[in-house]
Amino acid sequence: MSAWPPDLEARAQALLGRYPEPRSAVGPLLYLAMWHEGGLTEAGVRRVAGLTGLTPVQVQSVASFYTMYKEAPGRYLISVCTSISCHLCGGGEVLAAVEEETGVADGRTDAGRLFTVEHVECLGACGGAPAVQVNYETVEGVTPEQARHLCRWLRAETPAVVRSDELQERFGGQRAFDWGPGDAAGAAAPVPAFEPYGTAGGLA
Amino acid sequence: MTPSILLARMEAHRADSHTLERYAATGGYQSLRRALGEMTPEQVTAEVKASNLRGRGGAGFPCGVKWGFLAADTPHYLVVNADESEPGTFKDRQLLERDPHQLVEGAAIAAYALGVHQAFIFVRGEYARPARRLQRAVEEAYAAGFLGKGIAGSGFDLDLTVHLGAGAYICGEETALLNSLEGRRGEPRIRPPFPAVAGLYGKPTIVNNVETISNLPWIIANGGAAYDAIGPQGSRGTRLFSLSGHVRRPGNYEVVMGLTWRDLIYGESLGGGVRDGRALKAWVPGGASSPWLVPAHLDEPVTIDDATRLGTMLGSGAVVVMDETTDVVAAALAIVRFFAHESCGQCTPCREGTTWLQRVLERILRGSGRPADLDLLLDVSDNISPGLRWPPAQTTICPLGPSATAPIVSIMRHFRPEVEARITGGARG
Repeated sequence: MSAWPPDLEARAQALLGRYPEPRSAVGPLLYLAMWHEGGLTEAGVRRVAGLTGLTPVQVQSVASFYTMYKEAPGRYLISVCTSISCHLCGGGEVLAAVEEETGVADGRTDAGRLFTVEHVECLGACGGAPAVQVNYETVEGVTPEQARHLCRWLRAETPAVVRSDELQERFGGQRAFDWGPGDAAGAAAPVPAFEPYGTAGGLA
Repeated sequence: MTPSILLARMEAHRADSHTLERYAATGGYQSLRRALGEMTPEQVTAEVKASNLRGRGGAGFPCGVKWGFLAADTPHYLVVNADESEPGTFKDRQLLERDPHQLVEGAAIAAYALGVHQAFIFVRGEYARPARRLQRAVEEAYAAGFLGKGIAGSGFDLDLTVHLGAGAYICGEETALLNSLEGRRGEPRIRPPFPAVAGLYGKPTIVNNVETISNLPWIIANGGAAYDAIGPQGSRGTRLFSLSGHVRRPGNYEVVMGLTWRDLIYGESLGGGVRDGRALKAWVPGGASSPWLVPAHLDEPVTIDDATRLGTMLGSGAVVVMDETTDVVAAALAIVRFFAHESCGQCTPCREGTTWLQRVLERILRGSGRPADLDLLLDVSDNISPGLRWPPAQTTICPLGPSATAPIVSIMRHFRPEVEARITGGARG
């Protein structure tokens, strides 16, 4: 239950302060723990338990309910939607292309922890089907061929920060709606990039 | 002329509709000022009741009536449900990304009416970009005095926190959402008590959808009666429909209810018809949980009550179009698989039933279907939702289980010969 570095501890205290009861911060703190260690580790669970007054088992029980608290994801988490709208528009073929190009099967991570590949349920991008996310940054209207390019680009360039707008520009097509102006922030880890959780990359 | 309430600003001001500067320059936060300066909380609630605004999250419950159930016990909480995850639905994402201040102002108005001093917006974890946009709007609103202590010079205080979920459709169900926000597993609670009586931390809580709340600034600016004058009785106001699937012009459209399904799917400024000139086979009218409609229904009016009469619902406003080439068994499987994956596992009929439905459909698609599988699909569905009637009955704590039967009922009702042919004829192709 050793403490995190001071900046992380300060961030954790700020999150705890947002809620009437410390337990509510469990979810945000689990993201913080993942950010710190590149995945959800036993040490991370223990620290979250310590911060919220729960037992590690209680924290683990919460974490295991959700899909986004992953133990050892790859550097790039590639999530391919295969729900109804994406299914109708070729999401299954996109998933097959991603699996083949990365050599990583659905639900698995490669030995070098570069890629985790997963099929996911609806990403709320149905008008831009088929949709893909990389570290929860969305790209819409992806063809199987563009999905292959995306995987090759990630492998070759290993971008430090993945941004929706850049992915869409490079590999996307039909959008669900006009996104409006771009967003400078992006994901530097397989955790949703969100400033209050300290998990956003790409900002000055 | 279709009035535009929700999308007007983003359509007129593409570059900066999400900023406080643009929002304030286009009338933003005037409704909050008016509510705080000139109206009592009861008067705000009365306007919302008079508007006959119905919830846009799926259930369609009248917003003002829901507010009226709020128990006296304090503190009160407001939670905005931005856990948009119903397959086919992407309207709230656009509201979050393109006009977040409209939502923040609506939340502040609702909080004032409800006597709430701490509110939360629960955004699904996969919505990182929309959550960032919303967070910046919240920070701008704090800096400008529209959130925090003594809002806009009044004595009213409100703290608003954006909270990210972590990947679980079930958290869109309001009691599961509250459990998740309490740092627990997102398992639905038995109702009653309803959240308005015992919600977050057991305290009276109102949970409203993003689109519902986003209507409030307009309603306070123009009056409840003006909102109630738009659209047919029982389906007042405008409404966002998310069009996707085999439609020529996918996207979110704000329409006045009462138009026909043909207008919505084929209208040149709306869906624009079916892709590649193909024929329409069926469509999902209100999210994956809703039983499908077929071309015979094209001239039916799109209203909440007409949808109920046809044995379905407008639900989340997600319309998924399927053309003549669609394999309806595979489409039903895509929906059933979703519910099997998202079942929280508390209730046996849902946990086991959704998995059985998935396996039987997979078997039929593999070409190993058995004649008895048709009855098996219906029998398993009946165990989850007795009688398979509409509105659905349920043997489960929440409506997720019965939702999984919607695609089964749909293919049996409209495409039974096709399903039978898949069983007697073996696998396709």
